[in-house]
Amino acid sequence: MSDGNLLEVNKLITSFDTERGILRAVDQVSFSIPAGKTVGIVGESGCGKSVTAMSIVRLLPQPSGKVLGGEIRFKGENLLHVSHQRMRQIRGCEIGVIFQEPMAALNPVHRIGRQVAEVFQIHKKMSKKDAWDAATEMLTLLRIPAPEKRMMDYPHHLSGGMRQRVVIALALACRPALVIADEPTTALDVTVQAQILDLLKNLQSEIGMSVMLITHDLGVIAETCDEVVVMYAGRVVESAPVNELFENPLHAYTQALLRSIPTLDTPPKSVLHTIPGLVAGLGEHAHGCRFCQRMGRKSSMTRERPKFKEVQPGHWLEICKECSNL
Amino acid sequence: MFESVSELPLLAVEDLHMHFAVRTGLFMKQTSAVKAVDGVSLQLGAGETLGLVGESGCGKSTLGKALVRLLSPTSGKIYFEGRDITHLSQWQLRPLRRDFQMIFQDPAESLDARMSVRSLVEEPFRIHGLGNRAERKKWVDDLLETVGLSSSSAEKYSFEFSGGQRQRIGIARALALKPKWLVCDEPVSALDVSVQSQILNLLVDLQRDFGLSYLFIAHDLSVVKHISDRVAVMYLGKIVELADSETIYRNPKHAYTKALLSAVPNPDPKVKRKKILLEGDVPSPIDPPAGSAFGHRMGHSRYEETIGMDLSLREISPGHWVAADPTCLELGDWKKISGR
Repeated sequence: MSDGNLLEVNKLITSFDTERGILRAVDQVSFSIPAGKTVGIVGESGCGKSVTAMSIVRLLPQPSGKVLGGEIRFKGENLLHVSHQRMRQIRGCEIGVIFQEPMAALNPVHRIGRQVAEVFQIHKKMSKKDAWDAATEMLTLLRIPAPEKRMMDYPHHLSGGMRQRVVIALALACRPALVIADEPTTALDVTVQAQILDLLKNLQSEIGMSVMLITHDLGVIAETCDEVVVMYAGRVVESAPVNELFENPLHAYTQALLRSIPTLDTPPKSVLHTIPGLVAGLGEHAHGCRFCQRMGRKSSMTRERPKFKEVQPGHWLEICKECSNL
Repeated sequence: MFESVSELPLLAVEDLHMHFAVRTGLFMKQTSAVKAVDGVSLQLGAGETLGLVGESGCGKSTLGKALVRLLSPTSGKIYFEGRDITHLSQWQLRPLRRDFQMIFQDPAESLDARMSVRSLVEEPFRIHGLGNRAERKKWVDDLLETVGLSSSSAEKYSFEFSGGQRQRIGIARALALKPKWLVCDEPVSALDVSVQSQILNLLVDLQRDFGLSYLFIAHDLSVVKHISDRVAVMYLGKIVELADSETIYRNPKHAYTKALLSAVPNPDPKVKRKKILLEGDVPSPIDPPAGSAFGHRMGHSRYEETIGMDLSLREISPGHWVAADPTCLELGDWKKISGR
């Protein structure tokens, strides 16, 4: 393990046991998260971003989801081999998770205060009263107005943005070293999204944590991340520091993604770049380059998997004759 | 208000209000009203796209539904091709329905999972009693081709398709009766970027080929700018700014428009713009502030002045309309608009 990396994921394989056999949703994914940095994971729906995240915190749907191979090193400890008891300590305390849908992450029949205080009671063994005070402090930190009053509210009393703040409060309560944010702002308005992203950034420098940000919004990536990992069909096709990736994308998929978003500067009603074809279903993935498979190229038919190599310092790329533009 | 438009617009809306009663207590007495749409006036020309943006809960979807008369407006007027359709009964509306249709945000929810694609797309023809079986079959095949689906997909069911393809089915249904205008309610919000661009291209092509008009509702401002000729910005049931899309993006006048634009994440890591961060949320439309709603949210020092003031849209430059609101305009703009 190299110095300075908080989390290292190495050749992770996660599969689901389905009626159609064992399907690999994550196929040898490798990346690392340096301490104090934000790493963005970007890709289309179904590319395995969330499954990767849930493999790290062992929250895969049971009994079908299973990690078949690889390693996940967090502070040097292989998370795949730790006991369930240790995992419970890590999850929620050393690794916080922010889920996309705040209404689903909060318990609708308990007051906000109880839900936030519970984290302190469980992980920090605080008394009820101390935990309550700590929870109020946490809500203040997240700039929730009138925190004492909000503590007595139920989740449905709050707006989407406020609920997401509560979910963030839960994730950050124990000052974790790593926060996994799975599409934290997708369900929110742009104005609220800007508030939440700004808040996360400030908290990150205050607490000094690393963030793994999963999103499909390249704009969010550009504004918040230090490094980017691009996933396609269960594999990482490219990863690089953010400026490098946006300036010098080397994989055809990354380039196509970047070109297909309209920005405020694209001429109105001009033809936007599109990616032909569809992402192949989990059962139909090719052994060879999967983006070639989408483009209908024969080269995807080989038995050999394209190599994932460091082509420039810090810039990793899946090498394929057709897709990588070196 | 829009004297400059000489020819008859396709759709004209005057001072539209859409309120929903809030009933409480044992006898369900009406205690208050949600003013979802609170005095909106706008026009839509033939072949034009009008973008409608705003935060959730600002009333943009309600406005869209009221315009295609899925809701009955509380007051105000809706003219379609010069004809007042505000209070027509559903039966009277039936023949007019062929001219305006709606595309919904979530195609998975708006398509009946038990119907094949063919019967889904054929349904509008059956309802309006058009064509015989052979004609309808041909029309459906043509429509599927128009929206970029293979004719073999006609015998499948909607759940067998991906989100983007389902949205194409929704569009085929909306296009079936050759409408003149469409309300597109967040048609690409649920889609991935690569698929989103396919659907946007399709909508632009269809507009060019069939001369369609769109009311395009979305919260993604870069998408709205891409597809719209003019853009209306809505806040708490009211339109606060309206201009052609270039103007509104290059030279926004209203503080809310500026804040919305600055919040859009830019997919270029080198551009670090200063964001205008809004505090709090949209106030409740049940009990809106008495004066300027946005001035109230910002806690503006001149908020008290706006209570009872006429905050309706004024033309600040040709075709650029903005709410005459001292708390939301720069001093120079406010002086220009108020003549003070």
